[in-house]
Amino acid sequence: MNILVCITHVPDTTSRIAFTNDNTEFDKNGVQFIIGPYDDYALARAVELKEQNGGKITVLNVGEADSDPTIRKALAIGADEAIRVNAFPSDSFFVANQIAAIAKEGGYDLILMGRESIDFNGGMVHGMVGELLGLPSFSPVMQLQVEGGNAKITREIEGGKEKLEVSLPFVAGCQEPIAEWKIPNMRGIMSARTKPLNVVEPSDNATHSAISAYELPPAKGAVKMIDADNVSELVDLLKNEAKVI
Amino acid sequence: MSVLVFIETEDGKIKKSSREAISYGAALGDVTALALGTVNADELATAGQNGASKVLHVADERLNAGLIQPYAAAIAAAASEAGADVIVTAKSSLADAVVGRVSMKLGASLVSNVVSLPDTSNGFQVKRSIYTGKAFANVNMTTDKKVLAIKKNAVEIKEDGGAASVEAFSVSLDDSLFGTKITSTEKAEGDVLLPEADIVVSGGRGLKGPENWGIIEDLAKTLGAATGCSKPVSDMDWRPHHEHVGQTGVKVSPTLYVAVGISGAIQHLAGVNSSKYIVVINKDEEAPFFKAADYGIVGDAFEVLPKLNEALKAAQ
Ligand SMILES: Cc1cc2nc3c(=O)[nH]c(=O)nc-3n(C[C@H](O)[C@H](O)[C@H](O)COP(=O)(O)OP(=O)(O)OC[C@H]3O[C@@H](n4cnc5c(N)ncnc54)[C@H](O)[C@@H]3O)c2cc1C
Ligand SMILES: Nc1ncnc2c1ncn2[C@@H]1O[C@H](COP(=O)(O)O)[C@@H](O)[C@H]1O
Repeated sequence: MNILVCITHVPDTTSRIAFTNDNTEFDKNGVQFIIGPYDDYALARAVELKEQNGGKITVLNVGEADSDPTIRKALAIGADEAIRVNAFPSDSFFVANQIAAIAKEGGYDLILMGRESIDFNGGMVHGMVGELLGLPSFSPVMQLQVEGGNAKITREIEGGKEKLEVSLPFVAGCQEPIAEWKIPNMRGIMSARTKPLNVVEPSDNATHSAISAYELPPAKGAVKMIDADNVSELVDLLKNEAKVI
Repeated sequence: MSVLVFIETEDGKIKKSSREAISYGAALGDVTALALGTVNADELATAGQNGASKVLHVADERLNAGLIQPYAAAIAAAASEAGADVIVTAKSSLADAVVGRVSMKLGASLVSNVVSLPDTSNGFQVKRSIYTGKAFANVNMTTDKKVLAIKKNAVEIKEDGGAASVEAFSVSLDDSLFGTKITSTEKAEGDVLLPEADIVVSGGRGLKGPENWGIIEDLAKTLGAATGCSKPVSDMDWRPHHEHVGQTGVKVSPTLYVAVGISGAIQHLAGVNSSKYIVVINKDEEAPFFKAADYGIVGDAFEVLPKLNEALKAAQ
């Protein structure tokens, strides 16, 4: 089975978010970058599927050279080779076009992504790629079993979940509990150094949007503490100050 | 401006977030709403209150289930029918999966998590939430057609409109779009849907076990709230996965979020930082959640919650 896993290179979930250059650029200072947590689930499931069915895992990132350590980590976790489309991922349309161009060449049985990236949280790229390739797309996918040319999927719906059956190939945006995150072991880390990481140039440069500036939300006011023996004070505040009940 | 708003229903009723989307659209121009599958026409006509002038209804039974490809095809067809410049939807797990496809079909720019009306003084610029609620970006959409997915609870619902006319709309949907077979659906009945809720009561590991969830549910019932939880709680199967709030779970934006026995790890906060008011109940006064709270009580959940529930009932 030939699996493509698309990964993002994003600030660690505990990062303090700040902007520089007149609020036009993300401030990378002191920020640690990781594989997007949802992409990490997709990768972990790909590794399990490969263990069951054999095959090959290719990881793909649209990003600049600073993505490379994140891509190496994906190789250490179990991907066989990597492709980086050498470009700043300016919008989801641009990224989807790059992924679709690579996918058309690769003949993949499955294209796994995260449910959403944790920087832009669009949750859009999988649908866009599905449409570009004329393939079904599903998200958020909580379970994925493959038997021959068919797959069983559990997707989350609001307030519940749904089981689906579909034939390969398709695109899936993954989330837990599809697999447990995998931590690279020493052998993985060593072998990742020599696995191929092919850097390719973007197939085109078209975008659909441009960010003009970033903003941070206004700072939160101080918390009002209420005595545990006086819960009616909280009720009063919710009713008359916050006016939410 | 001509606007198409895709609306979703839940138990036969237009979802609150869809009414927000219609209200958003009505602030931009003339709204045609689109409903898919079996829905009562009287209910659809109420989209007028929120500002829709017309509702296109594709009453194809095959669309009763939320199937991504046929939905995308139907929305794109309705956008052409309505001559829409802007397509608006509420962000939801279904809409997210569908609108990427719609944008590609229409060659339209797509922005999700939109929190403000567009600034059209110089192009078409919207503000969207990014970094899981930790920041915003102002985005210029540079194509003629635009698709916007609106963050839940970011828009005030307009209530003063009239009735909308409901028109049957037929779209020819090829069988090839229905290749996915739904084999089972599990859904909590009658509960307030977490992503839509105005008030959320969430419990964390501090509740010690699933058998103690009664105090959370009682409080939620009194408040008309949905219940949520932290990630370890759903990881341990104390609560279903769709209740897990945070970075890797549901992002909520209620007017009131009540967190009980949750420490307030940054990944949890990422899912709740768009809440208007936050109440934290935790026995540890050092719990990081208090820093993100508006109101806090240091105390044992097992003592505080029943008392709070009684006090709330008394105040009703
Ligand atoms: C990549 C990544 C993504 C993550 N995503 C999420 C996510 O989406 N959502 C999420 O929630 N977590 C997420 N986490 C986990 C997160 O870091 C925390 O571990 C988790 O939120 C802690 O859950 P908790 O607050 O319920 O438990 P704990 O941290 O164990 O806190 C329990 C709290 O209960 C209090 N308590 C104990 N007994 C009582 C009592 N009787 N009465 C009142 N209070 C009491 C304690 O003082 C403590 O503050 C993620 C982690 C990672 C690494
Ligand atoms: N720059 C990128 N490179 C590779 N994959 C990406 C990139 N951006 C998004 N993706 C994939 O698309 C998914 C959804 O992203 P988004 O639509 O931005 O929320 C992510 O979880 C990734 O799997």
